[in-house]
Amino acid sequence: MPIAKALNAGLRAAMSASDRVLLMGEDIGRLGGVFRVTEGLQAEFGERRVLDTPLAESGIVGTAIGLAMGGFRPVIEIQFDGFVFPAFDQITTQLAKITNRHEGAVQMPVVIRIPYGGHIGAVEHHQESPETYFAHTPGLRVVSPSTPNDAYWMIQEAIESPDPVVFLEPKARYWQKGEVDLTAPAVPLHASRVVRRGTDVTLVGHGAMVTTLLQAAALAESEGTSCEVVDVRSLSPVDYGPLLDSVRRTGRMVYAQEAPGFVSLGSEIAATVTEKAFYALEAPVLRVSGFDTPFPAAKLEGVYLPDPDRILEAVDRALAY
Amino acid sequence: MTPPEAPAHGTSEHPDVVRLLDADGSLSPSAAAEAYLPYIEALDDADLKTFYRDMAVIRAFDQQATHLQRQGQLALWPPSFGQEAAQVGSARAARAQDHLFPSYREHAVCRIRGVDPVDIIRLMRGLTHGGWDPADPKNGNTHIYTLVLGAQALHATGLAMGMVFDGRSGTGDPDRDAAVIVYYGDGASSQGDVHEAMVFAASYRTPEVFFLQNNHWAISVPVATQSRAPLVQRGTGYGIPSVQVDGNDVLASYAVTRRALDEARGGDGPRAIEALTYRMGAHTTSDDPTKYRTSDEEQSWARRDPIARMRAYLEGRGASAAFFADVEAESRAVADDARVRTNALGGIDAEAMFAHVYSAPHPLIDEQRAWLAAYEATFEGETR
Repeated sequence: MPIAKALNAGLRAAMSASDRVLLMGEDIGRLGGVFRVTEGLQAEFGERRVLDTPLAESGIVGTAIGLAMGGFRPVIEIQFDGFVFPAFDQITTQLAKITNRHEGAVQMPVVIRIPYGGHIGAVEHHQESPETYFAHTPGLRVVSPSTPNDAYWMIQEAIESPDPVVFLEPKARYWQKGEVDLTAPAVPLHASRVVRRGTDVTLVGHGAMVTTLLQAAALAESEGTSCEVVDVRSLSPVDYGPLLDSVRRTGRMVYAQEAPGFVSLGSEIAATVTEKAFYALEAPVLRVSGFDTPFPAAKLEGVYLPDPDRILEAVDRALAY
Repeated sequence: MTPPEAPAHGTSEHPDVVRLLDADGSLSPSAAAEAYLPYIEALDDADLKTFYRDMAVIRAFDQQATHLQRQGQLALWPPSFGQEAAQVGSARAARAQDHLFPSYREHAVCRIRGVDPVDIIRLMRGLTHGGWDPADPKNGNTHIYTLVLGAQALHATGLAMGMVFDGRSGTGDPDRDAAVIVYYGDGASSQGDVHEAMVFAASYRTPEVFFLQNNHWAISVPVATQSRAPLVQRGTGYGIPSVQVDGNDVLASYAVTRRALDEARGGDGPRAIEALTYRMGAHTTSDDPTKYRTSDEEQSWARRDPIARMRAYLEGRGASAAFFADVEAESRAVADDARVRTNALGGIDAEAMFAHVYSAPHPLIDEQRAWLAAYEATFEGETR
């Protein structure tokens, strides 16, 4: 099933498991969300469990905080990445810190779902990659699934988390199909995962970029270069285990992301990998990212977003050391 | 840009403002107050004396905390001096099951609900960002202070939404029905979060009272810059029945809050109250109000002092000198106790920095906690 349907199934499972799970957001009820992720859930669970809220992002997050104080587990949808900023204060100064301010006495099991990233040719404010703002904020957990199976399981794990989770959905992949295994034990929420084995270069990324990395790896293979691909999955905290193991075997790493490169997840991971696996590295960790410009008008997004060619150019540079 | 002219903000003398006590302490209800008389008639002498005692004790504590800050014991202190009536009246109107969301100046509210005033001092001394657990029965469902202006209005509204969803209000059983009060000031009334909270509250008909203490100054900026219209009109615009009360009149503050809470608990939806009061002290101990307001203004408000007014009223009802002496003794005892216990507050272990950042284990925090412990251990035996 596609990622959007897997998320829908995961939300349904979580709502069936506990009547304290509530969905809140703009147009998520009758319409089922602009990406239809919540389709049918209001009909199934009622208007008290799936709330079409007023159009006010800070209000959605702030009232979800109060609901969590009352023992609910709210799952919020922010309609598009660029619209999370009106709620930024409530997320970073309140949601992220309330457990700490209460010295542990109050937990904040709130999930903020945000469709993020480019590749859909949309207009301004509809294609942002805001992950670094949240990963930089202590108290928040940040994750991003790249496959339907992860989407199904990770949304349920995020809802179970006693800590607030910013759940970034790669909107470009909502319709990408894959198997969902309803019986196999899920990969833990905060684990990175090797999604393709290889020996020459480790390619790392998250969200929609994982598919692009796999495309690059397939092209590289046809040219005789063996690439390993690691899906970070959890952006805060990062699980460095599989990533470092991989880099220690290949000696080379390329990180690809849609977000601007300056002070980004790729910067952080490159620095940490360099500290922890310095003697295994044959080349500096290289980054391929969006440019440090505002996300461009849609007709330029093909230039802005890392594609397999730009990733392979970095692979060639890494191999040239 | 020229500052806006003073708009037609209500004064406590306006007939639409609910006022029961005159500035001289005689019972003299304004036109708008007639409907509230039954709430006051239901109170006995002991209740009335409690109001006075609450106000006097918290003023003594507040002055002590201000001194402690001047002596370097606290990083900062936001005085409640002058606002005692609005706080005591509203907090005494709440039932045990209600939840209260203060801003950061509601020392009287906290004390009435059971919060240890030294817990507030711990916050201002830099030992914690919170200081108490609202769910601990001794804290009376009083939530911790919020320094980001108006942010708590949304938390209060969300909690009240949950009360609706859980059927904890509007059942017709006043002993069980619960409501929420959120406190904020005239400055915070400009914040988007307060407006969004009113939208959500009205839409979901939350059992909630928005309690605005208009103390006329947001640090140095007069209320005229926050609003060209009386702030009480804000609630009305969202479909929230709203009332303006003389916030220096503890009886009126009690009565309007009591009625608003009863209505909210009963399922009638949110209510808003604008309490007209005055911050007699500085915004915080970092502030110098002589730079922005006149002594004429301060004196005109001093003549409407909430404690003197209630004292005159109680004396008119025959309260004895022994009663006032007893209150003074208790005030001194509470203030002295705050000083002694503040001076005895210890430091804080570095471990506290890593505790409760997350509820579930987090590898980065664990790694940094372990690193700091190992680093500190290298200094063992040395004086740092």
